[in-house]
Amino acid sequence: MIEIKDLLFAYGKKSVFDNISLRLESGAVYGLLGENGVGKTTLLKIVSGLLRPTLGCCRVDGEECFDRAPSFLQSVFLLPDEVPLPDNATPDAFFNDLAPFYPKQSGEMLRNMAKELQVDTSVKFNVMSFGQQKKALLACAMALNTDYLLLDEPTNGLDIPSKADFRRLLSDRIGQGQTIVISTHQVKDVENLIDPIIIISNNSVLLNASVERITEKLYFEYGGEQHPEALYSEMMPGGYLNVLVNNGMGESQISIEGLFNAVLRNAATIKNIFD
Amino acid sequence: MDFKKQKPIYQQIADTLCERIVGGELAAEERVPSVRDVAMQLGVNPNTVMRTFDYLQSAEIIYNKRGVGYFVSSDATDRILALRRKEFMEEDLPAFVQKMNMLGLTFDDISKM
Repeated sequence: MIEIKDLLFAYGKKSVFDNISLRLESGAVYGLLGENGVGKTTLLKIVSGLLRPTLGCCRVDGEECFDRAPSFLQSVFLLPDEVPLPDNATPDAFFNDLAPFYPKQSGEMLRNMAKELQVDTSVKFNVMSFGQQKKALLACAMALNTDYLLLDEPTNGLDIPSKADFRRLLSDRIGQGQTIVISTHQVKDVENLIDPIIIISNNSVLLNASVERITEKLYFEYGGEQHPEALYSEMMPGGYLNVLVNNGMGESQISIEGLFNAVLRNAATIKNIFD
Repeated sequence: MDFKKQKPIYQQIADTLCERIVGGELAAEERVPSVRDVAMQLGVNPNTVMRTFDYLQSAEIIYNKRGVGYFVSSDATDRILALRRKEFMEEDLPAFVQKMNMLGLTFDDISKM
């Protein structure tokens, strides 16, 4: 479990988090969403022990992240959006350098994932395309098999078939005990995978709820008229997408983009509905 | 009100499985692909597929043999068709009649076709 309590964080005088609390249960794939610059990457860095909270605490399985105890470090891996790669390194070498620090790592997993993503891990990074590099790094990160895997914009740079491959790999990881946190703007790439969904804004957590709970509380209507009482509406082919408070309308298919916009525009209402 | 519904993903997956059963692709007493396989194939969260299977099980379209997996019920097709008829009468038909009224068509016009 990841537990963030009364967390304050600032870069110098610039406050990023002002007293936020958040709990992430083990074994799920969390989608971490937020506008540019609200601190998604900062939050991942705090959870992985790279940044020290100004005040408050951030714990993984009861251990304070910034204490960086070996038992903590071997259970968490963060794959940043951009990884500084050593010259002439191959993914195999990259993985082998990291492997001794992660007891659950599996070379066999790396081979299987590389095969699934169609990437050759014996080729040097510097001759790979950006997309190939990204796939190789994803395979390495997943094969380290940590209890907590933090992925910052994992689908950035992946071509269309690779996105589907990534979804399959991720789907296969779910329910195997690993907790995955995906920070992303490409919500369509992971729409049917991330559950629960966390939305953060400047200085607060606006939503942290499972898809089932979201569709219980909110109704997503596709292609009807625009409703004046909708929390959010947007034109789409064939009418409007309306995000409505669900008053016994049954369940609908979630639109994460619609949800995101509805939550940003109605922070107080959303808080009331979900509390 | 023009009420357009888009079913949640778990129901869409249920519909697809039901179509495969009615179409004969999945026969009665045949084993249903595992939650994990369906999830991977579709690239969705296995918990969503688990909801699909729970729903199909509560509708007695599939049943669980503990430790073995899910199987198609012997009367699955009848049950699916009964559900579909109900859905047709309660949802599709009213929408259809509403559209007929809007276009000024009567049942006579249709029977002449």
